[in-house]
Amino acid sequence: MGELRAYAALGAAQIRSATAYRTSFLIELFGNMGATVFDVLTVLVLFRATPALGGFSLAEAMLIAGLSAAGFTLADFTVGNVDHLKSLVRAGTLDAVLVRPLGALPQLLLMDLPVRKALRVVFGFTVLVLAVAANDIDWTPARALLLVVAPVAAAVFFGSIFVSSASLAFWWVDSGEVGAAFTYGGRDFTSYPMSVFGGWFRGLFAYALGFAFVAYQPALALLGVPDPLGLPAWSGFLSPLVAFAAAAFAAGVWRAGIRHYRSTGS
Amino acid sequence: MDQRDASVPTISRIGPFRASIATFGALIGSGFRRYATYRQATIAGTFTNIVFGFLRCYVLLAVAATAAGQRPAGYTAEQLATYVWVGQGLLAVIGLWGWTELADRIRSGDIAADLLRPVPPLTGFLAADLGRALHGMLTRFVPPLLAGAVFFPLHTPSRWQTVPLFAVSVVLAVVICFGCRFVVNATAYWLQDARGPITLWTLGAGVLGGLYFPLRLLPAELTVALWVATPLPSLLQTPLDVIAERDGPALQAGLVALQVVWAVLILALGALVQRRAERRLVVQGG
Repeated sequence: MGELRAYAALGAAQIRSATAYRTSFLIELFGNMGATVFDVLTVLVLFRATPALGGFSLAEAMLIAGLSAAGFTLADFTVGNVDHLKSLVRAGTLDAVLVRPLGALPQLLLMDLPVRKALRVVFGFTVLVLAVAANDIDWTPARALLLVVAPVAAAVFFGSIFVSSASLAFWWVDSGEVGAAFTYGGRDFTSYPMSVFGGWFRGLFAYALGFAFVAYQPALALLGVPDPLGLPAWSGFLSPLVAFAAAAFAAGVWRAGIRHYRSTGS
Repeated sequence: MDQRDASVPTISRIGPFRASIATFGALIGSGFRRYATYRQATIAGTFTNIVFGFLRCYVLLAVAATAAGQRPAGYTAEQLATYVWVGQGLLAVIGLWGWTELADRIRSGDIAADLLRPVPPLTGFLAADLGRALHGMLTRFVPPLLAGAVFFPLHTPSRWQTVPLFAVSVVLAVVICFGCRFVVNATAYWLQDARGPITLWTLGAGVLGGLYFPLRLLPAELTVALWVATPLPSLLQTPLDVIAERDGPALQAGLVALQVVWAVLILALGALVQRRAERRLVVQGG
């Protein structure tokens, strides 16, 4: 109970500090939303030049992009700040987090809760809702359930990617932008039908790393469209399982990283 | 800035012009050395550029496969691949994102020390940025281009003037990009906290510079308006269209001429902003 109150105090302090400089906060709020807006606009612009992308219509592609945007923005809002970890590891200031009687990961997330990213979550889910409305979906109880579960599973998956790639800093302090290839790269990758990509690149990102199950396979299951790449129709329903596996992996990497951490000093 | 800068001859018998050239050169060298220190970050950044290269290349090639005449916005598939991979290489050269040094120094009050130097801040930061860009050109430009050439058919320039024109265009893009970042950072003189303008810049420069998709995919009038009314397409779209030979020789050279105009305008604006700011500057700190 005391722990929960401590977390609540940390979160509330963040909201107060974010609203201290109102103009800057508002610009950042809309600027952050703009990033997701442009991601979605990019898909629309591409469809100006072509009637189909990888064999999918605009409405179908928007459902994939919407699932990805909803999952990514939710994960970025709640967990995305963990990428500050590398500066804490470099400076050795993670010590201060570790000596407190609270969990290290929740503290890190609440120490700098990105209130400025709140609006883009709303936008991500708006795109998803509009995309669902634009498609003629043959509703069944299983599909309705999938529509609720898939964005959450996508968020858990992206959150796991955020935590795993940030943990890289425990072993490689100068890992710098490598994490972005999987977090922001993953967001861009999952925004498009997998049939767009080819060769070993698709094999690696879509199936070995599991990004195909974030938005593409669930979207196919919702639409009832067979996968041009040959996975069975029920594979869209695997998204929570894949997300769970990713979360278990991230938890393992995080624990190993915390144990490996040796602080620093000068 | 390391200690060797202190020995730079700014007052000497070799004459003021040669002395300022020597100072400018020394500052370029210091900018180069500063970035050459972070070797692991260079490798990490290159890896990320290559991953994004694959992503964008596959998406644009998928567009080309089903577009009318298989030439979306007038690019062939090879030209699009060149556009993407050269773009990924140039990203670190022009340094689109992440420069908040001036804003940080204004906020902390360190800018007071910069104003005491014999070199004006605009010139000093420009020289350091050219050094950074040179380091980027030598380390970050080639690997994505090689990766692209190994996995995708690229467009080979067919005109003799394309490569020299591209080189000029890249230098101009670096100068324009620096000028934009300087002006955006300089808003901190008035706002203290420049994070808002920097967020808007990060957002606008990527999309309207032509990184996410070639701007030619937009309606033609909008593309022309962006090119003439804003410096943003001159950052990436121009050098990429030059190397991909998207246009005829006249327009190809004309786009670079437009870059010259923007480079002069943005540096003049930077100097003006700096002069106005110095008149009302309140040094932070305590």
